[in-house]
Parts: sequence; C-alpha cells; structure tokens
Amino acid sequence: MVRFENIGLRYGVGSEILRDLNFQIRPSSFQFLTGPSGAGKTSLLRLLFLALKPTRGLMTLFGHDVSRLDKDALASLRRRIGLVFQDFRLIDHLTTYENVALPLRVIGRREEEYRSEVIELLRWVGLGDRIWALPPVLSGGEKQRAAIARAVIGRPELLLADEPTGNVDPTLAQRLLRLFVELNRSGTSIVIATHDIALMDQFDARRLVLHEGRLHAYD
Amino acid sequence: MPTTEARLRIAARELVEMAVREQESKPQEIDTASDARTSSPVMPPDSIAGRALVGVVAIMSLLAALTLGAVVLVRNAAGAWQTEVSREITVQIRPTDGRDGEQDVAQAVAIVQATPGIAKVHALSKTESAKLLEPWLGTGLSLDELPVPRMIVVTLATDARPDLDRMRQALTESVPGASVDDHRGWVGRMRVMTRLAVAGGMAVLGLVLAATVLMVIFATQGAMATNKSIIEVLHFVGAKNRYISAQFQRHFLLLGLKGAAIGGGVAAVFFVAMSFLGPHLDRLVGGSGGAEALFGSIVLGPDGYAGVFGLVVLVAAATALTSRVTVVRTLGALE
Ligand SMILES: Nc1ncnc2c1ncn2[C@@H]1O[C@H](COP(=O)(O)OP(=O)(O)OP(=O)(O)O)[C@@H](O)[C@H]1O
Ligand SMILES: [Mg+2]
Repeated sequence: MVRFENIGLRYGVGSEILRDLNFQIRPSSFQFLTGPSGAGKTSLLRLLFLALKPTRGLMTLFGHDVSRLDKDALASLRRRIGLVFQDFRLIDHLTTYENVALPLRVIGRREEEYRSEVIELLRWVGLGDRIWALPPVLSGGEKQRAAIARAVIGRPELLLADEPTGNVDPTLAQRLLRLFVELNRSGTSIVIATHDIALMDQFDARRLVLHEGRLHAYD
Repeated sequence: MPTTEARLRIAARELVEMAVREQESKPQEIDTASDARTSSPVMPPDSIAGRALVGVVAIMSLLAALTLGAVVLVRNAAGAWQTEVSREITVQIRPTDGRDGEQDVAQAVAIVQATPGIAKVHALSKTESAKLLEPWLGTGLSLDELPVPRMIVVTLATDARPDLDRMRQALTESVPGASVDDHRGWVGRMRVMTRLAVAGGMAVLGLVLAATVLMVIFATQGAMATNKSIIEVLHFVGAKNRYISAQFQRHFLLLGLKGAAIGGGVAAVFFVAMSFLGPHLDRLVGGSGGAEALFGSIVLGPDGYAGVFGLVVLVAAATALTSRVTVVRTLGALE
C-alpha cells in the first residue's frame, strides 16, 4: 500500500537527511521505525503522511504517485491514514469528544450520526468519564489516548504513531501497544516510530532502522 | 482463537480499568449536561480580532453610506432643478432709443404667445423689476430714469418642444432690443458639475470599500496566524481547504454583517433626523432660506435608503469573500 523507490529528502539547501530509501509497507502489516535521535524518523513519517514531499524518487501511496496529486486528492488520501503526534496536537478549546470527532466532522458527517460511535470509542480507550473535559485538564496519558482515539475513529487503513509511548509509564505503554496490535489484527497497517527498545522487545514485528540517512529493514 | 472483536474488547477493558485506577487517585470532575459541548466552532471565536474589526467595518460603512446619501441627494436635487430651469426661458428687451418700451413688451408677449408649446407668459411689470433690482440699487428709485431692460418669463408646456429658433427670429425682426435666453449653457454647466460631484462621491465610496477589504485581509491573516496550529491539525485529519476557509468565512460574514448594519443604521438614523430638521435648518444656522434653496429638500427618498441597505449587504459580502480568498491563498502558499 506504500512503496518508496530511491526516495531522498533534504530540508532547504542542507544535505540529504534521507537517502535512497527503498521499501514497502504491506496491507495489515506491523512495523517499528527506529534509529538514533535525529536520524529522520519524524521526517519519514511526515513523508508518509504527505506533510512533506520527497525531494527525489518515486513515492506511491494506495496506488497513487503522490507527486501527481492535487491538494484535494492529498486530503482524500490523508483521510485513509491515522496519525498520532508525538505532542498529541489536541485542540485546546474543543472537548475530548469534539477532538476525537474532528476527522468525522471535516468529512461532513452529522453529529447525530457519529455521536454514539465516538462515545463508544472513548469508553474503549478508557476516557468514558473525560468525554466533556478540555485537553488542558487531561493528564499526559489521557491526552495520549485521546490522540490515539482521534487517529483511529475514521477506521484508517494505515496508522502512523510518532513516539506514542514517549509520555506514559511502562505499564500504560504496554497497554497502548496492545491496542495497536489489536488494531493491526483487525486489518490496519501500523508504523510506530520509537526508540524505546523495551517496547519493541514486547512485540515481535518488522523493524525499519534508520541510520545515517539510510533505511535497513529487519523482517 | 478469540475473534478480533473480542481481542479488541480485552485490550480496551484493560485500558478502562487502568483509567479507573487513574481517576480514583485524583479528584473527580463532575460530568454535567451543561458541559456537553458537541460541536463548538472549530476556530475559537474570541481568537479572531472581532470587536475591533466590527468597529472598523461600522465606521467604514457609515462613511460609505453618508457619501452614498450625499450623492443621491445631489443627483435628485440637481435633476429637479434642471427640469425646472430648462422648462423656463427668459426674453429680455433692452431699451432702445426712440422706441416705446411698453409697446415692445406687448408685441414680444404677443409673438411668444403665438408660438405653439408655450404654457405661460409673464412680463415683469416695472415694479416687479424694481423689486428684483432692490438689493443692488436700493429702494425709492424710479426706473423711468434708468435704462433697465424689461424681462418676460416664459414657461414651456410639459413635454413640448417649441421651435425656439423661429420664435427668436420673429422677435428680433419686430423688436430690435429683444434677446432670448433658454439657459442652455447654464444647464449644461450644471450637468457637468453634478456629474463631477457624483463621480467624486463614487470615488470616495470605492476608496472606503477598498480600505475595508484591506482591513479584512489583515484581520484574516491575523486570525489565521493565531490559529495556525488548529489549521495544521485540520489538515492532518484530512480537511480540504474549502472546509478550512468555510470556518473563517462564517465568522467574517457575521462580523461584516454586524459592522455594516451598525454603520448603515447610524447613517439611516442621521438621514431620518435630517429630514425632520431640514425645514428648520435655516433657523438653526441663522441663514435666510439658503440651505433649503440650495439643496432643494434634504429628504432622502426610498432610493437612498435602498442604496444604504444595498451597501450594508455589499460590505458584509465583501468581508466574507475577502476572508475566503485570503484563507485560500494563504493555505495555497503553505506547501
Ligand atoms: N523543518 C526542518 N527544517 C530543517 N531541518 C529539519 C527540519 N525538521 C527536522 N530537521 C532535521 O532533520 C533531521 C532529522 O530530524 P527528525 O525530526 O526527522 O529526527 P527523529 O529521528 O525524529 O529524531 P527524534 O528521535 O529526536 O525525534 C534532524 O537533523 C533535524 O535537525
Ligand atoms: Mg522525532
């Protein structure tokens, strides 16, 4: 569903941060993306999420050459991808419920229609009694779960998570991983960027390792 | 082998238990129905420089409406004046040596009356002429001793186009001192002046609208800068630019409507007040019939009020459209 061919990325006039990337992400696959800090994990996720365009090479997403798509088409592709930011990016003046419902709202679905769906998901991730709370009063772990709920509410085909366990204690980290694994079993492809070795050791999955701009895959 | 659904539920239950434990260790927030906001505006309304913008739009609309009202007044007054003036001509008879003035006047009146399309002929008597000249010559003067021309005021019938050239020829043939003034040059100059005044008013109107549009561009860009992180999130959850610009447009349409309605409303109140004060204006300024004579009436007709209303709609629409175009262009420049 994702295919990189000789992809290179540089910011501005600097040297290439990512060089000659050749890999694929298959449907219903699970992979960790790892590498030292500054290796370009976040940058690679931004490429996958179409927030950046590669400076060279061919990137195919859901069968489309992304360099040929206009903005509306890119937006349509983004709707098939769920993204969990390292820093959550919840909207502070919207309630947990409204934040999680946002992806449904922007595609024009009506509130009556999605209401029970959103509340059910919030209960699922253990935010049943924080539904009407605003993000500033949520704990780090609660924000994390709200961000994950927002990423999965639209039933994405591909879920990208940047350091999703960076802000939580090891027990919660383990449970969040469990949730990702279950999502993967129901058919979603998962890419988790992390340098938490303990986390990766808990689940045997493909590892994509970034090192000095190049990507090595360990299946 | 449990089903996917069952496995998901197990994972979820663990999270719920976890959350409950987390909750127990800190004070509970009470979940009341009044907190249940389900579709707040995506852009926080107070993040948009609302009140200042409403104020600016109100002032701009007020200026525009006053200008528009003035243009309508000038045009209507000038129009009324022109039709009145061009329906009147004057025949002047200069005293000529060796001719009887009274007889010349009588003959001229006869010739004018014989011309088809004339409604009324009125020869000013000597006393009437004296009265007209009073401001210049003072009272108690005998006109018999002065070579003062005699005037005949001729009113044309409505919609008639009398052959003035023929009349002029007939007059000069039998009354050597006669000359006909149909005020044509004067009406022409008036028309040019009116057009200039209207064009000037329109230019002011255009400038005011342009200033409003520029203000709205700044305000929209400010609002977008403030809400940059929200715009980013909207992008990431798959919102198209159309959706994002609609979020701003709604706010700005409302702001524009509010401001324009306030400005237009104040202008309308001003015109209503003027229409009541108008007749008493002379006394207020201590003049002598000048204002009324100059402006005809200071009453704005229904066309004027319709214009002000149209202006309110135009300003609100311009505000919404400007913010939309600004958002779309700013978003377009992002990537
Ligand atoms: N917007 C940007 N402009 C210029 N350089 C950037 C930009 N974003 C990232 N970089 C650079 O690209 C390199 C890779 O950054 P990136 O954030 O992708 O690393 P990372 O692997 O996610 O690191 P970490 O593990 O610390 O999150 C870094 O050297 C960083 O300085
Ligand atoms: Mg990173």
